[in-house]
Amino acid sequence: MQWQSTDVEVNRSDGTKNSETFTPAPAKDQFQEELVIRPLHSGDIYASFQFRTLWDTDFLQEGQKKVSHYRLFPKSLGQVLSKFSVQELHISFTQGFWRTMQWGQPFIPSPPGAELWVWFHHTVSDVDGNWKELTNVLSGIFCASLNFIDMTNTVQPSASFKPLGLGNATDHRFLRYATLPREIVCTENLTPWKKLLPCGSKAGLAVLMKSEKLFHSSFHSQAVHIRPICQASFFSKSWELRQTLNVVFDHYTSGQGKKEWSLFKMFSRTLTEACPLASSSKVYVDITDNPEGELFELSPATPLLSQAVVLGDRRTYSVYDLTRAETFGQLRSFNLLLRWKGDSGDMLRPLLHAERYVAGFGLQTGEIHTVIYNNHPYRAFPVLLMDSVPWYLQLYIHTLTVTSKSRDNKPSYIHYQPAKDRHRPHLLEMLIQLPPHSMTEVTVQFERALLKWTEYTPDPNHGFYVGSSVISALVPSMVAMSTNFTQDQPLFSSFVPVKEESSYFVRVYTEPLLVNLPTPDFSMPYNVICLTCTVVAVGYGSFYNLLTRTFQVDEPSPPLAKRLANFIRRIRGVPLLA
Amino acid sequence: MAAPLTLLLIVAVTIRAVLFRSSLAELISERVEVVSPLNAWKRVVEGLALLDLGVSPYSGDVFHETPLMIYLFHFTVDYAEIVFMVSPYFVDCLSCFLASLDRFRKQKYALESDRYPADCLELLRSPKEMFYIPLKVAMFYLLNPFTILSCVAKSTCGLNNAIIALFIFCTLKGSALLSGILLALATYQSIYPLTLFAPALLFFLQRLYIPVNLRRSSFWCFTLQYAFIYVGSLVVITGLSFFLLGSWDFIPSVYGFIFSVPDLTPNIGLFWYFFAEMFEHFRLFFICVFQINVFFYTIPLSIKLKEHPVFLIFMQIAIISIFKSYPTVGDVALYMAFLPAWSHLYRFLRNIFLVSCVLLACSALFPVLWHLWIYAGSANSNFYYAITLLFNFGQILLVSDYFYAYLRREHHLTHGLYLKKKDGTEATLVLK
Repeated sequence: MQWQSTDVEVNRSDGTKNSETFTPAPAKDQFQEELVIRPLHSGDIYASFQFRTLWDTDFLQEGQKKVSHYRLFPKSLGQVLSKFSVQELHISFTQGFWRTMQWGQPFIPSPPGAELWVWFHHTVSDVDGNWKELTNVLSGIFCASLNFIDMTNTVQPSASFKPLGLGNATDHRFLRYATLPREIVCTENLTPWKKLLPCGSKAGLAVLMKSEKLFHSSFHSQAVHIRPICQASFFSKSWELRQTLNVVFDHYTSGQGKKEWSLFKMFSRTLTEACPLASSSKVYVDITDNPEGELFELSPATPLLSQAVVLGDRRTYSVYDLTRAETFGQLRSFNLLLRWKGDSGDMLRPLLHAERYVAGFGLQTGEIHTVIYNNHPYRAFPVLLMDSVPWYLQLYIHTLTVTSKSRDNKPSYIHYQPAKDRHRPHLLEMLIQLPPHSMTEVTVQFERALLKWTEYTPDPNHGFYVGSSVISALVPSMVAMSTNFTQDQPLFSSFVPVKEESSYFVRVYTEPLLVNLPTPDFSMPYNVICLTCTVVAVGYGSFYNLLTRTFQVDEPSPPLAKRLANFIRRIRGVPLLA
Repeated sequence: MAAPLTLLLIVAVTIRAVLFRSSLAELISERVEVVSPLNAWKRVVEGLALLDLGVSPYSGDVFHETPLMIYLFHFTVDYAEIVFMVSPYFVDCLSCFLASLDRFRKQKYALESDRYPADCLELLRSPKEMFYIPLKVAMFYLLNPFTILSCVAKSTCGLNNAIIALFIFCTLKGSALLSGILLALATYQSIYPLTLFAPALLFFLQRLYIPVNLRRSSFWCFTLQYAFIYVGSLVVITGLSFFLLGSWDFIPSVYGFIFSVPDLTPNIGLFWYFFAEMFEHFRLFFICVFQINVFFYTIPLSIKLKEHPVFLIFMQIAIISIFKSYPTVGDVALYMAFLPAWSHLYRFLRNIFLVSCVLLACSALFPVLWHLWIYAGSANSNFYYAITLLFNFGQILLVSDYFYAYLRREHHLTHGLYLKKKDGTEATLVLK
């Protein structure tokens, strides 16, 4: 089924004076969906959904009528883009941490919690105001508490987040990045996300997204990426909306210990039809490790094969085209089955990997250690490390040390913006050259601040989260990457633009940190005020006494009887007693 | 006199040198009782590192020193230990000058012994007693554990104390110009020495035999001269700081920080826990109350002690040390150094035993309760706060006790030492 251009023309030809021919822009939009299934060596299975809507229009062009006719592109997002002059928007909600050493690199990486980064158009005058409103609007659209994003956790990275679409990348004043590591993802976030799809969750691959199975997994990440791209066939700018959902099902909990996976076991659904609005709807299964069928058995068999270079590796995929009726067979239902036959060998080690932890003891100081591994046997390459630390952990940049192979490794570029208390977080960006086959350790000391009692969360002893570090690198590739962007490429291999053949772009997120801060006693505000004011008053009282009183000889006052007698004598006019 | 002093100096240097080289130096420089966000050495190094990275040290909230400090340490950061060892000896100059005070006193003694009642002669200090005061002052300051800790931690409090001591030295020497300049420098470092303007002015007026009478033109003439020197130097120093970094960023970072107390790191003062537990609505009100509390004792004390400016200086320094926003033990050590100068008041002190016990106990308990709160996790912040309260209470008691003793001695000097009631029995003096 091909996309159809709906050229709707309404001609108001009559003798009226204001005869404007109302011609809405022809909706040249296109929708593609695909599902990639990659069996992992540990017996787990990685499923990645990608839904792409391409629309040849311009939200940001002035002078033209505002875009009002939405077909495949969701109206809520379109209105957000035009109102806030957004050039690029990337939002992700993740539950769980991606285990690079066990699962390899993900197609689209994301940190635990919520992450939002936005490039605004260069015509925007008040970026901070737009950012604040945008986070609140997105918070409503995705039913997530993104309204907690404010100036205390927003940073402007200078080098780590270049635009992934078209755009001038020089002025990072228009970039805002924020992450909420504490954010939890649940059905409430999945439902509005599914609503943005053209077919909703009624047809196509989206029927598989049932929350009771999706959230019963080791890793779940849903994201929305909007960017302008250049389409070769149209020679114009068009907007691409990608919705991705990455999920890793655990071999023991979801798989019940058996090394056998099927669509029904993973999603408790099978596919019955492709989305009628989609121009292409495919399922890819990674069979690179199974060339002769000795590792696992895949059924139903398919003659279609595809090869793609993804993440520096040439992979082979079996392709199931859901737009063809024969994929569904006689039962009109497509259920993929993967049964393991032999023992899987060792996985290829990912070339770039990072870890982070807090060292030290007590609630006064600590140290953040970030460890980056370069597993390439002979090539060294630079990585850009970006750290955004909240203001209540005061970093001491003079204690920053970078060591590789137990020798000092000075970063060639350091951009450091210190935090302002209660105003903005620390931002540290460094370009570090990683020697081949080595481990690099970045250490920085910090001090923990005592906050005002109202600034603690209701569960202060849980700790405070520090967002993941972001490590961006161009990793040398063993296989030549293709720099041509064609429409026929599978979506998962075309997300990141490839500028050169010899390397591919990788972004690695480290663990978020949980740090305890010293807490005051929350039951004591009135007591503290009283006691401190007492001490101040004691000081005041002593000084007041000494300043206003003078020394006098203490004449004891006569006893009561004598005083009474004197009083009576005074009345009588008789001389007083002594 | 010179030999014991030299011996004292050698002992003090040795103790500090030994501690600098030991592993305790690292531990001491992290202790919150000894360093505060305003004068920690770690923050000075951080500020210099930020300057090297090309970022203004005042762009973050870590560095709160004045630009002249940056200037000083930019060149001497490698010799920091020597700088900090030298500064306490400025306080020594003060003690040496107190020695010359006794010459002044000797003449006064001859005059006054005629004026005072005969039985008060024992109240007056004999030159022999006063001979040892400078040595005692030097000993009290140099061998005070608080000073040693402050010096080993390389806290810039030591430098601030040196400036204040130099200011007192110049004031007592009689040089109004130097005194004004040094007072401006001390005020520039931390705002609170502003209150020392009044005692310095009173001292000069007394020295120049100008009566403190608001209607006399000579009074205003001198006051305006001195104020002009002071304000002028302050403006010059502030201007120099502006030209050092090219921006006024240091004003909110240094003075705004001192006044608005945004950082609630625990210390030995009263502010941190009070403002950690403060309702947001009342925060501004109580900040104003607590800051005014430091300044408003100046006028009443100046009126009461207008004939005794040296004691007034002591009182002001003590009040600043107790009620400032980020006190440390270095500030406490400064006014404690003065105590031997008033050793003749010993017979009138009422609470000295209690006060010394309280201060000793609190000093011992501070590190214990800090450890229990921050490291062991078995106590909470209330324990440390309680000891803070007690320590400040002890200090207030000490200062008011000395004030009482001083006033009582003055009273006895004018009315006689052995007072009798109307019926001839021994009298008791009370404050009424």
